[in-house]
Amino acid sequence: MPSTTLRRALVRSARRPPWSADAWRDTRFIAAGIPLALPVWLAVTVPSVLLPVTVLVLVCARLFTAVQRGRLRALYGVEVPPLLRPADASAGLAARLRAGVNWRQAAYHLLVGPSLALGSLVVVYCWGAAVVLATVYGWIWLMPFGSPLRSSLAGLDVWLTAGGALLLVVTPWMAALMASLEVRSARKLLGPNRAEALERRVEEIAESRAGLVDAVDAERRRIERDLHDGAQQRLTSLAMNLGLARRTLKDVPPEVMQVIVDAHEEAQAAIDELRDLVRGLHPAVLEDRGLDAALSGIAARAPLPVRLDVDLTERIAPTVEAVAYFTVSEALTNVAKHARAKNVDVSVRTAGGRLRLVISDDGVGGADPTRGTGLTGLRKRAASVDGTLSVLSPLGGPTTITVELPCAL
Amino acid sequence: MRAVIAEDSVLLRVGLVKVLEAVGFEVVAAVGDGDQLLAAVEEHRPKVVVADVRMPPGFHDEGVKAAMIIRRQWPEVAVLLLSQFVEERYAADLLATNTSGVGYLLKQRVANVDDFVDALQRVAEGGTALDPEVVAQLLVRRHRDPLEKLTPRERDVLSLMAEGRSNAAIASSLVVSDSAVAKHINSIFTKLDLPPADDSHRRVMAVLRFLEVG
Repeated sequence: MPSTTLRRALVRSARRPPWSADAWRDTRFIAAGIPLALPVWLAVTVPSVLLPVTVLVLVCARLFTAVQRGRLRALYGVEVPPLLRPADASAGLAARLRAGVNWRQAAYHLLVGPSLALGSLVVVYCWGAAVVLATVYGWIWLMPFGSPLRSSLAGLDVWLTAGGALLLVVTPWMAALMASLEVRSARKLLGPNRAEALERRVEEIAESRAGLVDAVDAERRRIERDLHDGAQQRLTSLAMNLGLARRTLKDVPPEVMQVIVDAHEEAQAAIDELRDLVRGLHPAVLEDRGLDAALSGIAARAPLPVRLDVDLTERIAPTVEAVAYFTVSEALTNVAKHARAKNVDVSVRTAGGRLRLVISDDGVGGADPTRGTGLTGLRKRAASVDGTLSVLSPLGGPTTITVELPCAL
Repeated sequence: MRAVIAEDSVLLRVGLVKVLEAVGFEVVAAVGDGDQLLAAVEEHRPKVVVADVRMPPGFHDEGVKAAMIIRRQWPEVAVLLLSQFVEERYAADLLATNTSGVGYLLKQRVANVDDFVDALQRVAEGGTALDPEVVAQLLVRRHRDPLEKLTPRERDVLSLMAEGRSNAAIASSLVVSDSAVAKHINSIFTKLDLPPADDSHRRVMAVLRFLEVG
């Protein structure tokens, strides 16, 4: 094992000779970090300025972070994800200090950064020493004969040269090590941590979902508008003309009149069907007058008595209104189909920024939200705006469906 | 009788003109939006206006708004609104300005020419014509205490009154005698606490109570 490790190390060091671009890039990168740590070093050596420097670093943490991110990007090609909550920048100092992200920044700028810079300084020093020592024969040769330094070095020259050569091989490694430490600590402390990154991702996903829900809603409106302006008007016009024909044509054979009458009634039935379809897409009154007005429309059309009780003080988000409308509409259809109920009560209330719909019937119960597409669809619809749906439906009834939706998206 | 038509769909506008002229109305203007409607009423002072609820530019409730202006500014002009869907909120808006000479029907009722002409004539003569769908919507509200006291039969009678029917029409629609209708109506007036006065005034008050706009 040790022999393979050794071989690997040799291969790697062959890839990283002192004159390689990698070695230079590492060194450039870590050396650039040294001046940034100077204030803290100064504070450590002169304790009287410790407090002001610490405060300065804390206050300018954002600026320091930006500089460090710039260094990582420009000199090492590493992109540290930007910090979250840029809104905090405008908040007070206390708020910024409280934010956990700033503590990680502070730790970096006050402790980790300066320590790493110290290491970097050692690496830079090693480079110098390596070059000086490896070329010791040259220096000795340049010195005047009889110089005491020349004679004292003369005995050590072999060792010094060997040490310099060794340093030349080792220093690129130290530089690489330091650079990788820098990158790792910067990623850990300057970028968002995992929780924050997840939080941001969730925000992004929530945003894109809201956009999707809105887009679907807009599409429904568009289709409603197209049908309303097109097919519905044409059908109505057709029915109107047939009605007129039925009224004015007096001397046609009865079988022809029968055809006209049939066509007239067919056209009216088609209008009714289309009307129900269009209303199911997105009723215009929902947009104009809100949920209350739109719900009284569906409640009136339900095939069984519905008592509606709506208490809303203000309009809620249009997409949520649409979800609430379709939920009540679908729930009433379900009740009519399955519940064998005599009465339905629908109540709509807002409380604490949530819209609460309760639809209860006196039917046979036994509705199971885990089976059947109706309730599952309603639950999915509620979930699309972060809402919840619960069903209480013991066998024998009654059934109560409670839906809670956020008022704003 | 002189009539003005406002309807943005050309097809329907032409159809409406045809229907109205077939039954003896004189259509003095047929326009496509609310502003043109107001201008036409200003110019022609018709007996009756037939208007679509949803018109340009917003395609929302432009017809209702124009109708309210007409009822306020020219009370002698009767207005019949037509809509793809009828909503009791629009009816309430309309009736809030004036309870006579207004009508609000589903657009497709036009197809049934005789019924439509009947409603239009009622409105033109200062009566009301509300679509049964609107009346049905009014019944679904909770906490309507005075109405809770009515018997189902009295509610039926009140619904038909709200639609704008006469006693005779109510009697034939419910298949009861005229005197039975009169009895129900008196009972409604008592239960809704409407003191004896001019009978047609009390009728309007009862309907208003029903519509919650009074």
